[in-house]
Amino acid sequence: MRMRVNPIACSAHGLCAELLPEWVSLDEWGYPVIDDQPLPAQLVKAAKAAAAACPKLALRLDRD
Amino acid sequence: MRLLTDTGPSLREHLEQHGPLPTLDQGRLLEQVDRSGLRGRGGAGFPTGRKLRTVSAGRRTVVLANGCEGEPAADKDVALLSRHPHLVLDGIAVAARAVGAVETHLAVRAGSAALPAVRRALGERPQGVVLHEVPDRYVASEETALVNFVNTGVALPTFGTRPFEQGIGRRPTLVNNVETLANLALIARHGPEWFRALGDPDEPGTLLLTVTHEGVRRVLEVPTGTALGGLVSLEHVRAILVGGYFGTWIPADQAQGLALTHRDLRAASGALGAGVVITLPPGVCGLAETARIAHYLAGQNAGQCGPCINGLPAIADALHRLAHGPWDDAMMPRLDRWLGIVAGRGACRHPDGAVQLVRSAFITFAPDVARHRTHGPCSGHKRPSVLP
Repeated sequence: MRMRVNPIACSAHGLCAELLPEWVSLDEWGYPVIDDQPLPAQLVKAAKAAAAACPKLALRLDRD
Repeated sequence: MRLLTDTGPSLREHLEQHGPLPTLDQGRLLEQVDRSGLRGRGGAGFPTGRKLRTVSAGRRTVVLANGCEGEPAADKDVALLSRHPHLVLDGIAVAARAVGAVETHLAVRAGSAALPAVRRALGERPQGVVLHEVPDRYVASEETALVNFVNTGVALPTFGTRPFEQGIGRRPTLVNNVETLANLALIARHGPEWFRALGDPDEPGTLLLTVTHEGVRRVLEVPTGTALGGLVSLEHVRAILVGGYFGTWIPADQAQGLALTHRDLRAASGALGAGVVITLPPGVCGLAETARIAHYLAGQNAGQCGPCINGLPAIADALHRLAHGPWDDAMMPRLDRWLGIVAGRGACRHPDGAVQLVRSAFITFAPDVARHRTHGPCSGHKRPSVLP
């Protein structure tokens, strides 16, 4: 599974980086920089939680 | 040559030159286009036959011809549509048959010089192509932006949908550049062997180029594989911008024998793009020219994606300071970082193209970059720009 952000929907709330710091960092303007590699299995649950918590619902989890 | 001939724009002249369009069935058309080896002429160079087959698998499909040409330095689509609109309309008809389309659209820039010729041509044949006048904006000609414009009237890129799966009216939509379609019109008439007889064996046919050299802009048609040095004399040229504002600076000595194919340009870390070629004369500052384009591209972002909204102006501003001063060398690591994180993070490829251009400037004009960093602006930075 891979994590992607819809950059049009995203408005830099930054919750994703707080909830999933292992996979998401923020650029200097507050927008997420997401590793585009497949998510490690132990992070999938946290990634789903981060996607659900995004106020703009801008995070997507795509199956490979 | 093939597309740009001396024939006039009327239907009568078009038919005199090319003859009527043969009525081929869908299977035969798809096979002919596959065998022709035609690749898209809008920039990406994707094999047209494969694209046709993908869309043709869908139901109630749509064809959208892209004649918008967002590039400020490009004129080839306008030249083709003004001089030979019926070749493009034929191409739309061929594409529609190949994918089984139930509707066809042609998108042209609002205020385009080609509009009168296109309108006249549409009036001469009962084809039912819907004409769209798209806002004159760089990102508006991006394919998801065009589809969005036809669907909603908003000419901005969208995220996560691909036109060949879900395009106009959410139906599978073939989006092709008008030059690609004009080639289809000729392949349907003369067959794949005829088409392959000209140009590079792997990427056959001809290319329409917009060449700006010594202040003059011309549209040329050349066989693919033609060397850059064969287009214009590079004797008094410092570097060449190939591929337009999303393109790459190539030093003149490397450009001389470099062939105009996707393959050769990629090997030279460049891209053919939509066939824009601009020469930079000696004494003009490559950094100042690049800063000007970067500023333009930053202003042309769609205002939708944070990395592009923030990153492109930051990059453009830093480049402007490097080119024209005042420059603080502590900016360099920041500029490097921005170039690394902006590409690939927009809904469309606008930021990617801007970053590619700036990166190529740093390579091709490396001595200038070093001099600007230590000694400030060069004497060429105030010369008038050679770019449109």
